[in-house]
Amino acid sequence: MAEILVLVEHVDGVPKKVTNELLTLACRLGEPSAVWIGDGADAALDKLGEYGAQRVYASVDPELSRYAIAPKAEVLASLVAERGPAAVLLASTAEGKEVAGRLAVKTKSGVITDAVGVSPDLIADQSVFGGSVFVTSRVSTGTPIFTVRPNSVPPEPSSTSPTLEAVTVTLPEAAKTARVLDRVVENTGARPELAEAAIVVSGGRGVGGPEGFGVVEALADALGAAVGASRAATDAGWYPHQNQVGQTGKTVSPQLYVALGISGAIQHRAGMQTSKTIVAVNKDPEAPIFELVDFGVVGDLHAVAPALTQEVQARKG
Amino acid sequence: MKIVVCVKQVPDTWAEKRLAPADSTVDRESVDGVINELDEYAIEEALRIKESAGGADSTVTVLTMGPEKATESIRKALSMGADAAVHLLDDALHGSDALQTSYALAQALGTLEWDLVVLGSESTDARMSVLPAMLAERLGVSQLTFARKVEVAGSNGSTTVRIERLTEAGYDVIEGSTPAVISVVEKINEPRYPSFKGIMAAKKKPLTTLTIADAGIESGGVGLAAASTAVTGFTEAPPRSAGTIVNDEGEGGRKLAEFLAAKKFV
Ligand SMILES: Cc1cc2nc3c(=O)[nH]c(=O)nc-3n(C[C@H](O)[C@H](O)[C@H](O)COP(=O)(O)OP(=O)(O)OC[C@H]3O[C@@H](n4cnc5c(N)ncnc54)[C@H](O)[C@@H]3O)c2cc1C
Ligand SMILES: Nc1ncnc2c1ncn2[C@@H]1O[C@H](COP(=O)(O)O)[C@@H](O)[C@H]1O
Repeated sequence: MAEILVLVEHVDGVPKKVTNELLTLACRLGEPSAVWIGDGADAALDKLGEYGAQRVYASVDPELSRYAIAPKAEVLASLVAERGPAAVLLASTAEGKEVAGRLAVKTKSGVITDAVGVSPDLIADQSVFGGSVFVTSRVSTGTPIFTVRPNSVPPEPSSTSPTLEAVTVTLPEAAKTARVLDRVVENTGARPELAEAAIVVSGGRGVGGPEGFGVVEALADALGAAVGASRAATDAGWYPHQNQVGQTGKTVSPQLYVALGISGAIQHRAGMQTSKTIVAVNKDPEAPIFELVDFGVVGDLHAVAPALTQEVQARKG
Repeated sequence: MKIVVCVKQVPDTWAEKRLAPADSTVDRESVDGVINELDEYAIEEALRIKESAGGADSTVTVLTMGPEKATESIRKALSMGADAAVHLLDDALHGSDALQTSYALAQALGTLEWDLVVLGSESTDARMSVLPAMLAERLGVSQLTFARKVEVAGSNGSTTVRIERLTEAGYDVIEGSTPAVISVVEKINEPRYPSFKGIMAAKKKPLTTLTIADAGIESGGVGLAAASTAVTGFTEAPPRSAGTIVNDEGEGGRKLAEFLAAKKFV
């Protein structure tokens, strides 16, 4: 069976949920090989095996993490040349897309971003123009490269015992032109990660201020959800920018999206329109967000959201 | 400092976008075109870098690849304050995908003098966010992308560029030197509005049109027929069925909870 390369995203030595999703998808397309950049691959072998990785290529050279983006594309390009995989899968995050873009140029291959599925004959599904059009497409040149949206494929365990192979690459000078001086991690707490969460509760300008996000967080915690925010809320400094949902924030596609005090501007919709179920609370019956909702409440979020939180807690017992 | 800003004309944000049934490319004829919003931030940042670098030889040039209509966006960029524009315009380019667009833009950049290329981090129609990275790879220069802050320091050929790159977890501080490719996010600045004077002045600014031959682009390397990806089919999604809207009269929270319970979210 043909080999499928999957670029692993990991935090503190643990593969992210999106990696499990990509490995699950890769199992349907061929034999998944995980590509691990950085330390900790040996300790994560079992985890990667749980989702079907047959091989793990590990590139541990600390030099790779001193530069942004380009080194990852170099590692993948060398594996593409050596192994001739049938496809390469990456997460459709800002970084995943950029690595994919550089890899596409390096290997003279077509790249499809934001796929929500890939069939065994390597046809990708995309939902474009804010979910109004479904497109199927394929790569016709080189090694197909796909970036796949988090939350598109439910991860399915399939136990394998992957082998570990070390990979070394010598970085060309051009890959060493963007030095990473610092990586600042801003605390996002214990809540699920936005792009990966099954439920997202977002607050906008209607929340009224930083304290107002307490209402949003309380509902999120009752539902086991991640917290999102509109640009109006992040720009005002009420909530961290990493939580921004929208065109220039994160694209989320959860099972349930709850919009509190968000008008539903086109740039916000761009990041949440493909959510399976959408509900909103807004005091303005004319707010455009209501065009999208499955269920909407016209009212003050400061009354409705706490009542909802209480109901949810009561039902959970 | 010589700066080139890549600007794309996209279908109006509010327009209903569609694919042309004949060749599955974005239908650019039936809708109004606007400058890609994020590219206005790119223009603004370029103008600020130019202004702080000073010097009579500092310039901002707009580079656009797109159909005839795209001159509207070029005019807007010039009226904001860019000095000159280059329009890569050739029917052979129609239907080019990201890989080919990056090739064509890299070739066009080859005809220009530049220290920095500034782009938006995403176009509202393609939404790929790959072009800046592809260009940096092709040009073999620093990739400084998804910047919410750009600092340019030094002069005389040894200029350092330091950015804050937004990441999933926070931000990275990344440094490179010119020549470099920068992409910006909307946090970076507030784009200026063209002034009346700017609009008048734009009419007299130089606009050069390049054909693919002028830019040394091979005709087999661009366009729909040679694209590295192909659309195999598309369908319009059924419109979302209208949802239930209730007015809160003290029961809104409970009604919403009931809806969520019926959907098995609680
Ligand atoms: C280049 C660019 C990129 C952008 N990217 C993004 C992006 O990624 N994400 C994003 O979100 N936006 C983005 N925007 C901004 C977008 O255009 C809107 O300005 C923004 O989404 C508005 O946020 P909001 O809905 O919270 O605020 P508003 O539009 O001010 O809406 C607030 C809503 O809250 C309601 N409200 C007020 N008080 C209450 C209350 N007590 N109870 C209930 N409801 C209440 C009001 O009726 C109103 O509908 C971008 C804009 C540009 C130009
Ligand atoms: N046809 C084009 N002409 C000029 N610049 C472009 C073109 N297409 C994309 N760009 C630039 O590349 C950025 C990212 O686009 P994309 O990768 O398509 O999301 C845009 O914000 C523009 O700055």
